[in-house]
Order: sequence, then C-alpha cells, then structure tokens
Amino acid sequence: MAENKYMNSYLAGVLLGLTLLITLYITGRGLGASGAFKSAAVAAVHTIAPDHAAEASFYREYTTDHPDHPLKNWLVFEVIGVIMGAFISGLISNRLILTMEHPPKTKIKVRAAGAIIGGALFGFGAQLGRGCTSGAALTGMAVMSTGGIITMLAIFGGAYAFAYFFRKLWI
Amino acid sequence: MGPLVPDIIGYELNLVIAIFIGMAFGFILEQAGFSSSRKLVGLFYGYDFTVLRVFFIAGVTAMLGIIALNHFGLLDMSLVYINPTFLWSAIVGGVIMGLGFVIGGFCPGTSVCAAAIGKIDAFLFIAGSMLGVWLFAEGYPLWEALYKSANWGYVQMFTTLGISSSLFAFLLTAMAVSAFWAVSLIEKKVSGHPGVELRHKRFYIICSLAALALGLAAFRMPDRKQMMLHYAETADHTNVALMSVDELAFRLIDQDDRLQIFNVISDEDADSLILPRSTMVTLESLFDRDMEQKLALSKSLNVFVAGDEAPALRAAILAQRLGHENIYVLQGGLDQFRRNILHFMPPTTGTPYEWPDALRFRQQASMMLPPLVAEYKRSLTGVPVKKERKRVLGGC
Repeated sequence: MAENKYMNSYLAGVLLGLTLLITLYITGRGLGASGAFKSAAVAAVHTIAPDHAAEASFYREYTTDHPDHPLKNWLVFEVIGVIMGAFISGLISNRLILTMEHPPKTKIKVRAAGAIIGGALFGFGAQLGRGCTSGAALTGMAVMSTGGIITMLAIFGGAYAFAYFFRKLWI
Repeated sequence: MGPLVPDIIGYELNLVIAIFIGMAFGFILEQAGFSSSRKLVGLFYGYDFTVLRVFFIAGVTAMLGIIALNHFGLLDMSLVYINPTFLWSAIVGGVIMGLGFVIGGFCPGTSVCAAAIGKIDAFLFIAGSMLGVWLFAEGYPLWEALYKSANWGYVQMFTTLGISSSLFAFLLTAMAVSAFWAVSLIEKKVSGHPGVELRHKRFYIICSLAALALGLAAFRMPDRKQMMLHYAETADHTNVALMSVDELAFRLIDQDDRLQIFNVISDEDADSLILPRSTMVTLESLFDRDMEQKLALSKSLNVFVAGDEAPALRAAILAQRLGHENIYVLQGGLDQFRRNILHFMPPTTGTPYEWPDALRFRQQASMMLPPLVAEYKRSLTGVPVKKERKRVLGGC
C-alpha cells in the first residue's frame, strides 16, 4: 500500500488551533514540547549525579519551581501523548518505517551530524527563550503574549537569515 | 468558567488529560506532515510552506477562540498562563532556535512526532536537544544575567503596541490570509506546480473572506471586563431596587441570614463604616470567582452600600449585568444610614409616644445597632483568609 498523502494544511491548522484552544480552556496553559526535554535532562542528571544536581544553581532553581519529581510534569505526560498520537497517525497513513531521512545529495553522516548539532542548538535556545515553537511561539501567539510573539519572529527570522548558509544540507 | 484546572479538574486528572491532549497534538502534527524534516525545512527554501500555513492558522484560530470565550465570560484570562516577556533572552534564544531549525530540520515537537514513526534523524535531534539543555544547565551562571534581563512581565502584544486587542487580532488574521496567498505564489514559482489554493481558487477565496470576517468579529467582542465596566458607568439605573435605611437597620437587628452587604470602595468614595455581614468590594472584584459565588447564593439579599448612592448604584448595575439577582442599593447611602440610624437625633418636640412609628424604630435601632457593629468589628481580628488564585504555571 502506498503512503497516504498528508492532510490539507489549512484543515490541519484549524484542528491544531482548536486543540490548543481546548487545552487553554481546560488547563489554563498551552501546548509545549521542549519543557519535557528539560524535565528528562534534569531527571537524568538527578539520577546520574545527584550531588551535582543538589549543588548547581540551575537544578536548584528547577527543584524550587517544580517540587515534584522532574518527570511528574504536565509536559512530560503531554509528550507521551504526542508519541502515541503520532504513532497512530503514522500507522493509519502507512508511514511507519525505521529510516534516516536525508536529501539525495546529502550524505547520511552529514545529516546525522546536522540533526545532533541542530538539536543541541534548539535545546539550548529553547531554554534561553523559555519555550520552543510550540510553547513559546504557537501558544504565545494564541494568548497574544509579547514575549511569545518576539520569540516566534526571532525563530523564523533567524532561520531565514541562516538558511542560505546551510542550503547544501537541503537542496 | 474556564480554565477548569484546578477547581473542577484536579492536578492528577490534569496529567491524564495531558496524555489525551498530546495524542491530538501529535496526531495532527503527523497528519500535517510535520514528521518530515525535508517538508519542515521547505519553509526556509521556498518549496513547501506547510509549516507556515498550519502554524499561522492554528495560532489565529486559537487566538480568535480565546477572544470569543473571554468575551462571553467562559474563560478567565487573568488565570491563563501568558508567556512572560524577557526581551533579550526571547530574541537571542529565538535566533539560536532558528539556527538549530535550519541545521537540524526539526523543532522539539515535530522531532517527537518524527521519532514516533521511526525517523532516525529525529532520534538524533532529540538526543542533541537533551545535550543542549544539559549545556544550558551546566553553564547557567554564564548566561543567567541574559536569561533574566529586561523582564517586562506577563505583557500582551497589543499593550506593547498600544492598540486594542480587537485591532491586533484583526491585523494578525489579515496578515495570515495575505501570507497564505503570497506563499502559494512563491511555492508555484519555486516548485513549478500550483498548490491547492491556486487549483481551487474560488473555494479558497471564500475561505479567506470567511477568515477575514471572523477577524472583523473580534471588533464586536471587546474585552468582557472593559465592556461591562463601561456599561456600569453609563447604564440607566432606574431599574435598581432601593432598600431604605430603616429596612437595612431592621434586617441587621433581626440578624437576617439572607442579608449580604457589599461595601463598595471606589476612587471617589471609601466609607470606613464596616457593618455586620459586609464585604468590601470594588467594581473589578465583582468579576472574581469567589465574589461571583457569593453573589449567586440563592435567596440572598445583596445590598450594595457606599457613602453616597452613586458608586453603589454602579456596582449594583454591574452585578445585575453579570446575571445576579436580588440586588439592592442602600437608599441615601451610608451617610443617611449614619444620620438617620446610628447617630439618630431625637426630635426636640413631643415625647417618644407622640412620634411617628418610624422615629420610634430609629431610636430603638440607634441603641441596638452600635453594639452589633462594634462586636462585628472585634470578630474581624486577624487577616481574613482569602483563597489565593494564581495564574497557571505553564510554558516549556
């Protein structure tokens, strides 16, 4: 069976907007993703080096703000849901396949290095910017937050500014 | 009234709900094609603007939905998490994320979706992200100053720009619609074949007009609070029932359990007289959930008082507009209550037996009420326990 085509972008956008609206109505907060990465990273440090986690100021501030176990966090549960939802979507659209996606002219090694470096930059930037494309940009736009909208403009503006230099990775 | 957390839905149940919300989020992202880095990055090279379409329309849909829910009093925006604004960290963090986006090809949410359907590059991106978070954490003292500089608080964009929220909402909607048409032309030029908008032009023109109409609807939905406060200032107040000072005195002496007094504090008027069964309120505080619950008690007699009648009338009109019943205003205000009841001056002519009944009642009341007021004042020692309502803690 051939891969099914993607959903109409506008329909997907409206559905995503309604999901975000329902989320805000029920929980008073928006969607997110990078926060779960932070929880996981903090939990890992707590497990591997508990003494260090008790000392360094970042982990101390985190523990003050989140007294529960770092993984007992709304975004961690939400991201577990994201994994399930995306898996179901991939299953019904016949897109489940273990593969390394890379443009034909880009070597696998280059794509792998790009993914790791890009991920590290994104993870770092999301901490500095207090949220990623979901938590700061999308949710921020919905609640008309100044900070969220500035972060959104900076993400997409930055990406366009740097796109030229990394065009060989993609086209 | 939303948000439902924490009053209607508890903390633990909220975590279960998070899984279902996440499932919808992940399902939609994957269906939209956000599980492919090549599709995502197309945005920056002009061959695929899916991200812009989905992202922009989702933001605008949710924003207009919030404006509508707020207007109809279904969502209390003072409790919803508004991402705080720290100017420099927002800009620098955003630009670093942008760089990460073009190099890595994902953002955190989409990388999770892509990993869920087996993309190995997404697994690497996630591993890289954790590394980035860890680097940020380890070097935190180095960038803590930048991270916390220029704190503007929980400010919203229309306040920053100095325009109304309705105008901002409309402008953003109009920008989104124009952007969709512009990128469909770019896409056609870069990739050579026309997108869905250009193939079904008529349908998408209707959709665009509908979206603009929804954006215009924001003007019909000003902030509920501002609208109500404006109404209270300007509305005709001849429909508000008045309660005479004698009746109020009688109900106080009678210890009528249905009686609830609301002492209205306003800019021009703050009367220090604290009667039993009274609560201090401002026009703004009538929107609080606790106050709404108090006013909605069935069979209660809600009497608004102030030194003068006028501020009490405004509060009463607002309470009626908010849907509350059995609203009264103390006739003549607390000034008259003091004059006629508390500081009752007996007429100089005749004996009490020759006075009208009302005066005899006032004389009795002037003896019985002050001890009740004093006793109530004594019972108020200590700060009243107020249930604190905080903004929801959110963000990433």
